[in-house]
Parts: sequence; C-alpha cells; structure tokens
Amino acid sequence: MSQATMTRREWLLTDRPQSRLQARLGRAYVTWRRFTANWLAVVGMLIIMGLILIALFAPLLAPYSPYIGDLAGKRLLPPGAGHWLGTDDQGRDILSRLIYGSRLTLQVVVLVAVIAAPIGLLVGTVAGYAGGWLDAVLMRITDIFLAFPKLVLALAFVAALGPGIGNAIIAIAITSWPPYARIARAETLTVRNSDYISAVRLMGASPWRIVLRHIMPLCISSLIVRVTLDMAGIILTAAGLGFLGLGAQPPLPEWGAMIASGRRFILDQWWVAAMPGFAILIVSLGFNLLGDGLRDALDPRGSSQ
Amino acid sequence: MNPLLTVEDLHVRFPTRTGVVEAVRGVSFTLGRERLGIVGESGSGKSQTGRAIMGLTPTHAEISAKRMEFDGIDLLRAPPAQRRALRGNRIAMILQDPKYSLNPVMTIGRQIVETLRTHEKVSQAEARKRALAMLEAVQIRDAARVYDLYPHEVSGGMGQRAMIAMMLVAGPELLIADEPTSALDVTVQLEVLGILDRLVRERGMGLIFISHDLRLVSSFCDRVIVMYAGKIVEELAASELSRAEHPYTQGLLDCMPRIGADRHPLPVLERKPEWAL
Amino acid sequence: MTTALAIDRLRVTFDDFTALKDVSLAVESGESYGLVGESGSGKSTLLRAVAGLAPVSGGTINVNGKRLGRHRDKAFYREVQMVFQDPYGSLHPRQTVDRLLLEPLAIHGFDNSERRIMRALDEVGLGSGFRFRYSHQLSGGQRQRVAIARALILEPSILLLDEPTSALDASVQAEVLNLLEQVRADRKLTFVMVSHDLAVIAHMCDRLMVMQNGEEVEQLTAAELTARRVERDYTRNLLVASEGFRSGA
Repeated sequence: MSQATMTRREWLLTDRPQSRLQARLGRAYVTWRRFTANWLAVVGMLIIMGLILIALFAPLLAPYSPYIGDLAGKRLLPPGAGHWLGTDDQGRDILSRLIYGSRLTLQVVVLVAVIAAPIGLLVGTVAGYAGGWLDAVLMRITDIFLAFPKLVLALAFVAALGPGIGNAIIAIAITSWPPYARIARAETLTVRNSDYISAVRLMGASPWRIVLRHIMPLCISSLIVRVTLDMAGIILTAAGLGFLGLGAQPPLPEWGAMIASGRRFILDQWWVAAMPGFAILIVSLGFNLLGDGLRDALDPRGSSQ
Repeated sequence: MNPLLTVEDLHVRFPTRTGVVEAVRGVSFTLGRERLGIVGESGSGKSQTGRAIMGLTPTHAEISAKRMEFDGIDLLRAPPAQRRALRGNRIAMILQDPKYSLNPVMTIGRQIVETLRTHEKVSQAEARKRALAMLEAVQIRDAARVYDLYPHEVSGGMGQRAMIAMMLVAGPELLIADEPTSALDVTVQLEVLGILDRLVRERGMGLIFISHDLRLVSSFCDRVIVMYAGKIVEELAASELSRAEHPYTQGLLDCMPRIGADRHPLPVLERKPEWAL
Repeated sequence: MTTALAIDRLRVTFDDFTALKDVSLAVESGESYGLVGESGSGKSTLLRAVAGLAPVSGGTINVNGKRLGRHRDKAFYREVQMVFQDPYGSLHPRQTVDRLLLEPLAIHGFDNSERRIMRALDEVGLGSGFRFRYSHQLSGGQRQRVAIARALILEPSILLLDEPTSALDASVQAEVLNLLEQVRADRKLTFVMVSHDLAVIAHMCDRLMVMQNGEEVEQLTAAELTARRVERDYTRNLLVASEGFRSGA
C-alpha cells in the first residue's frame, strides 16, 4: 500500500510527465501541497467545506422547521437543551434557521462570484491589452463604479430593481466587478510586453486569442485569490441589505435579516441577533483564511521551484 | 608572507523541500595581495563562494568550513557586529548590476559619504572631499556634477564606476567583484576593468574576481580557479591557461567562438559525471 | 540569388526618441546576416521593426519581394519567425512545451500536429521526454531549444535571432550555435542575427553590419572582419575589446 502511494507521488512529481493529463495533475498536486502546508488555510477550507455540506444537507440537519415556529409557548427561549441556539420572537428555532440560511449565503456568494469575476476579468484584460482609447473608456467606467461606496451603490440598485434576494445578488455583482477589472488590468500590463506574448503575436495570433488563451490564464489565479478574500465582504453586504430590509424578505432565514429582526431584543435576548452574527463571522473568517492560503499557493512567482 | 584570506573546505548547503542542495562542496584556497579569478558556469557555486566570504549567504543556508580566516579573524565564529564592521570597511563587494545595488532615492555622492562615515569618524566636509577624490579616481570626469546625481540619471558604466568608488572609499584590503562588468558593453567593460586594475595595483588590495568568462578572467587576474558543480576542478596561473589539464577547463576555453578560427561546428563540452564527484 | 529581406531607410521612433535612423540593408535568400553593436545601437529595434513589434515611422521593408504594410498578415508569420534573447522570458510560464508548440499549428490550421510536434522536438535535440514539461522544469539551454522549435514549426524561410545565446553559459552557447547552423543548413534558412559579441557574429554570419546610436557604422563581410580589414575606428575598438583585457591598455 505504502509502496503504491509512493509511486503515485513520484508519478505526480516527475520532471518528465508523459501526457498532458499527468503534467496538469502534477502541477495541481504541487499547488495542493503548498496549500496544505499552511494549516490556517486548511482551517479556512474546512469551514467553507462545512458550509457547503450544511447547505446541501439542510433538511436532514435542521431539527425544526425554519419557517413555522411555536408562537404560543416557545418565543424567545434562551439557548438550551431543546433549542441549542435558542428561539426567536416568532418561536422559531434559530439553529434551524441558520442551517437553512447557509443556502442563501452560499447562493449569494456563488452567484456574485460567477457574475462579477468574469465581467471584471474581461473588462480588465481587454482594457490592459488594447490600451489607447478603449482602455481609457473602460477604465473611466470602472472608476465611476469605484467612486461610490459599495453598499450605497447596491442600495441604489436594489431601490431601482425592487427588494428581494435575486435583485440583491445582481446589485452586489454589479458593484463588485470594478476591483477585479483593476487587478486584471494591472496584471495584463505587466505581461503584455513580455517576450512570450510577443512570441504569440509573432505566431499570427489574433488579439482575442491572445487575451483569452494567453493573458487570462495568468490573471485568473490572482483573481481567484481576490474573489475569495472579497467573499467575506459580499456576505456582509448581503447581510447589510438584508438588515436594511432590501435583501431577502421575511420569512426567508437570511442571516442579515435575522440580525435585523433580532435587534429589537438585543439587550434582553441577545442570542437572537448574536447567533446569526457569529455565523457570518465564522464564514467570513473561513473565506479570508482560504483566500490567504490560495494567495500563497497560486502565486505564479512562487511556482518556479 | 601571511595570506590575507584562507578558506579551507568551505561548504554551503541550501535545504529545500526536495532535499539539501549543496551549492559549494569543499572549496579551499588562499589569497594574498593578488588577483584571483574564480570561473565557472551558472550553478558552479562561484557566486556562493564569494557571498560566503562576504557574509551575505541567505540565512536559511548552512555554511561550514574547517577554516575561513581573514587576516587572522575567524569569519565563521566572528560575532555579527564584528562581521558588519569588516564588511565595507576591510572587505568590500561589487555586484553585477549597479541598478540593483545602488540606492535609487539617494544621490551618488551621499551614498559614498554614508559608506565612509559608517566606518570612519570624519567630518561631513572631509567626507565630501574624499568622496569627490574617489569619484575622480574611478575616472569620472565631472565628479562634482555626478556627486549630486541619482543612480537612474547615469549610464550603466558610470553607475558601475560609482559603485566601485563607493566600495573602495573606505580603503578595503579585500575586494570581491562578482561579475562586475557583465552588464556593461564591451568597450565600457574594458574601461571599468582598467580602473579596477589600477586601483587594486596601487592600493595593494587582494581581489577575488568572479566571472563566467574564462578568457576575460585570465587576461585580468594572476591566478585562476575553475569551479564545476560546487568544487574546484583546477587551479592554475592565468598565464598558463593554454596548458590547462582538466578537460572541463579545456572544453570551456575551446567552445567559445573566436574571430578567425573557422570551426564548424564548434566543439562542445561533454560533461562527464565523474567531474562532479 | 533573390533578396529575402530588403530594408530601405528604415526609421523607428518611440515618442520623441529616434531609435533607428534611416538604416538600409539587403539580405540575400539563404544568407546569414549579422547586426553588431552595443546597447542603444538600435540592432534589436531593427529586428523588432521587421517582426512588427516596433513602430516604424519611415522607410520600407520588403520580405521576399513583398512590401510590408503597417499590419502583418498571417502569411507573413509563416515566412518570418523570431527567437528572443531571454529564454526565461520568452516561454509562457503556465504552458507546457506541448501547448507552446501546438499554438502556432492551431493558429495556422496545420494538420498532423502530433507528428509535427514530435519532429520539431527531435530536430532541436530534445526528444519526446520534454514534451509535457513546463518551462520552469527546463534549463536555459533547453528553453532556448524549445523557442527555436517553436519558431521552426511554422516552417519559415527567414529566422530573426535576437541575441539568442547571450543569456547562456559558454558551453551551452556552443551547443545552441551549432544547432542553429545545423537547422540553417537543413532548411536553407535566411538568418538575421543580432549580437553584441563580434566573435559570435563572425562565427555565424556571412556578412554583418556594425551599428552605433541607431545608425550604420559600416557593413563588412565576415572575411573582411577576420582579416581585420575594417574602415572605421569604432569597429576597430570593438575588435580590440573582444580580445579581452590588456593591462595598461
């Protein structure tokens, strides 16, 4: 057994890969080893994996319904044996609501990343590679978006689109791409005049081909890092919108909205607002640790070893 | 005569994720007030040898030697404060590219003055006078003007001269030059070497000249050490280069294209594994 | 003989700095032509201008009898390829050798890419063991061989060489120079080679131009250089300098 794993390791780490697949897997394995060498990053990854599992198996894990509470006898119970994290003013189990709320949180984070990162990547790389007036136009648009505080801009969009979790996601996505465009552009500027890009130009490659196939792959790793680090901010913005009543609408168990409804009892029944607060804290921390670890593992400058 | 520098069985090891890399493996030599060339290709350990003497080896590397003495001072066991005092004052080093070794936000004159004043107690006026004299000594014509310039405002050759001036202002006894002219154009290269040659001769310094260019080194130094894979493969007087015995040295000399020698294809160096043993 | 590359009074201007001042030259088909000079002489700029990587502000370039416009078409890149100076900077850091060699074939729609890649690797003496390596798993000399393979895979007739060996150790330089001579003989290529090293140019080229400050100093044949039959002092200085240091000189 141990012999078999040894040879598998050697197969991955070999200097002479025999196929495309082996080369790619070998590279992934080196990155993975660098990532796992940082235990804080592993903690972050475990938190995020935990979040994903909880979201997947919410119906199995939640002890009570997240929507229907016992108004008669179970309002505002403190944490205890029956309700580990207590109940809220509607008599609903907070733990169950948090577990279901993880689905909303994950949905927000994933959708924002899927919408905002590609927009930022495309705008940034095209602006950086094209230069000239196209660069100026794209970057001024980016500047306009950057000039507003994120939450204020998101508020404006939600106000225009109408409240709701879907619109909140769109609003957050629209406000969070400009930093990605900036990063992608900066990265593009450092590589656009390098010899290896010149070499591809000399092959006769079209500008689109150069941007899509040669420049974007170089920007993706720093973008992944930045998006992961931004996840915490995205969760907080979503929670902020929920708190202001412009995000998820009751009775959806969105964490920010839960804090908002708990603030009326914050002095006497602290757990109603504090428990979702803790959940946000832990998940944000998880994304931050993961992002830090990815930065070390994916940094192309460190991969020459 | 007592040697200025004695190195015996020097090892420099770098621990890496995949095991220990031995950059220098048992190098021994002595140096008097003479010019010694260390030649080798990339990865031969020539630069790490120079850095180990200077005390500039990265902190994660291990250095060991039976003996590494400079003028009776044990360099391996000297306290850090003493090594710092030696560095720049009695042992100086010139690096390949002045762009990276000069401070970009300080004028050239001030850098020379700072160097001088960290090692000697001299007044500002005196320091300035000596810095200007030093700039003239490296054949910078308009010394007073160059004194007030920033490194990016001068050419590569001028920058390297300023670097030499800075290194020599404190009057070191040993100068380690690591590829001091490789970043320069050939004609400038010779001027800089001429300056270095004169200063070393006049001041009676010991010089270790590290380079990949065997012919350049042999034309400049008294004695040449040829390194391969962290070891010395041959040591010989520069004038006897044509009588080199080790196949590596011969191969290295032979594989360079020469004007007038019509050799197609060029002889290539066949690396034998036993050289690295 | 036909003229492979004809340059007439070529001028290159960056902002308000003129890097190349009205330089003219003609390279015969199958010839190896050298450009020698120190930094700032404009020798690399000339090469990059031909390749379309530097802004031309005056003069004409003709390749195989066809005048080049501002934009190079795909057909041009089938004829002219380039090898860069720095083997560490000219290979994409995230691509395997396989991918690097596949890209030009994909762009130009070549068939049989599998066989072509294997043949290109064999031709530069690397073999299939190197095919799936990333550039950081290669030495400087191996990288330069990959760069040569990439340039040759489109089967160009003219190869532009920008200091192809100046970043390499002397022994590796000899290997790469021999390889370049070999492929030139095999494929009847036209070379335009830039170097700061007179000896390398004298070894590789039939004719050469000495350049300084963006201008031509003189044009020589390799035989004239070897016989020291040079007209200009600057060339003579370069010749002396190439022989190493002389004490008291």
